[in-house]
Amino acid sequence: MFDPIPWLILSPLIWATLAFVQGPGRGGRLAVAGVALQLALAATLAQQIIAGGARVYAVGGWGAPLGIDLAADGLSAVMLLLTQAVALPLAFYARAYFAAHAAPLRYFWPLTGYLLAAMNALFLSADVFNIYVTLELLGLAAVGLVAVAGGAGPVSAAMRYLLATLLGSGAYLLGVALLYGVYGSVSLAALAPLIAADAPTAVSLAAALMLLGLMLKTALFPFHFWLPPAHGNAPAPVSALLSALVIKASFYLILRLWFDLFAPIASVTAAQFLGALGAGAVIWGSLLALRQTHLKMLVAYSTVAQVGYLFLIFPLATGAAAEVAASAWQGGALQAVAHGLAKAAMFAAAGAMIAATGRDEIAGLAGVATRLPLTLFTFVLAGMTIMGLPPSGGFSAKWLLLGAALASGQWWWIVVMLAGGLLSAAYVFKVLRQAFLPAEEAAHFKPLPRTLEWPAFLLALASLLLGLWASEMLNLLGAA
Amino acid sequence: MNAPLIYALTGAALFVFGVTGLMLQAHLLRKILAFNVMGSGIFLVLVGLAQRTGIPDPVPQAMVLTGIVVAIAATALALALARQLLDQSGEMRLPEEEAGKDKLDV
Repeated sequence: MFDPIPWLILSPLIWATLAFVQGPGRGGRLAVAGVALQLALAATLAQQIIAGGARVYAVGGWGAPLGIDLAADGLSAVMLLLTQAVALPLAFYARAYFAAHAAPLRYFWPLTGYLLAAMNALFLSADVFNIYVTLELLGLAAVGLVAVAGGAGPVSAAMRYLLATLLGSGAYLLGVALLYGVYGSVSLAALAPLIAADAPTAVSLAAALMLLGLMLKTALFPFHFWLPPAHGNAPAPVSALLSALVIKASFYLILRLWFDLFAPIASVTAAQFLGALGAGAVIWGSLLALRQTHLKMLVAYSTVAQVGYLFLIFPLATGAAAEVAASAWQGGALQAVAHGLAKAAMFAAAGAMIAATGRDEIAGLAGVATRLPLTLFTFVLAGMTIMGLPPSGGFSAKWLLLGAALASGQWWWIVVMLAGGLLSAAYVFKVLRQAFLPAEEAAHFKPLPRTLEWPAFLLALASLLLGLWASEMLNLLGAA
Repeated sequence: MNAPLIYALTGAALFVFGVTGLMLQAHLLRKILAFNVMGSGIFLVLVGLAQRTGIPDPVPQAMVLTGIVVAIAATALALALARQLLDQSGEMRLPEEEAGKDKLDV
């Protein structure tokens, strides 16, 4: 049987290196072909997992403990599919975006390839040290992408991002060192049965360090300080990749560690604390999004807020009945996917509006509704998922989370979710209101190529249709 | 107190020094050095804790080698960015957050 697991990592490595040699023009075509291939590979893997359960692949024929094992289950397959499904339209979008700019960015395609390779490898990793290596590769590629356009703003945002991400992975690696010191193993499968409720204090310390490091990388409130400048200053295709996918990678690891590895020592207090930080993110991020005067900064703060919803899984699923926990877990995973699709669409649409009006301020959007109807429609569809309106994927996700909160009697999370929904409606309508105003006399709209508008629209449509496909996705998630 | 514990505690102390420096120092070169101090601390914990049986364990040594490679790459990237920042803004420090961006002052 053909095994797609190694090729999901090799394909982006190969085309990224070729793109580095060939330059941006051919590099873009290579990237589109490569990502399309990866999407097919991820779909094949998902089918194999639905049919035959979780898969393990020993790299080079050397299995653990001597070699490195790669593993894929339902959750990794969902994340792999999301990654390629977001990257493919964004590759088309980025080609059109950079074609419209005078100076093509030489390092965009290679760095994107390495970013995707690191991300795919992260979702397939089966040991905590391999996860560290992929986290660092992911962080370094992402920092390079933020700085890819040059200029004082992006470079200082990239520097801030680099320091935050290095601190995060440092804390994570210290946790790995403690775990290895206690148990003498780094394999997730070997560690899971060893960690019991009476584990030594060093293990709790390791868990705290690893989770803290990953929270910093996921930009959970109050560790979100690096995200808005990094995502707001990068070119639009880069912001879309970072906001939709990169922060989900570290969130995926938090899910894995919390539910697979540290479940016996995960306390209800710690879960409530994580939920409180998530609630803080929802409220604070939405309020700040509402206060922004620049479109991309608004979308970036919206990411800070949406990340908060992801962390409501932990109080809802920890110490609750199995059914409630399952519903919370599914809601959280669905939220990660829905937000990934919608935020990629939103940043891409924002980039198209900025390219057409030539201004980044929300005040400059007047007239967009008549000149760029498709792009504005994209923004609205993505906004529906962000707000959680039916039938979007964001609605199904928030519905499952609300259901779990009701069933476990934790009404305070319901208040947070409803307030967050209202606030996100406020900031989406802030943009729409301006876009529907008549264009100013002096306003000049640059015509946009269709390839700059359609990929974003398809992403937004996918985030909306996810609400209808939710049961298929949950089916794949449950395949273990 | 046995030798592995001394190594591990020294490593932990270095980690704390490094993190403190990374957060409190303003000069970018000092921040990058602090990151390397932090990394050395982690490597010391990794190698130190794992040799409790008295026999050196090769696995953490291989991990530390990988970690050193990653740290060199990260340091190189940080230095390149710091250099670009120096060229463009004339300063080896991060600019203060723009006022009002992350604040709710009305």
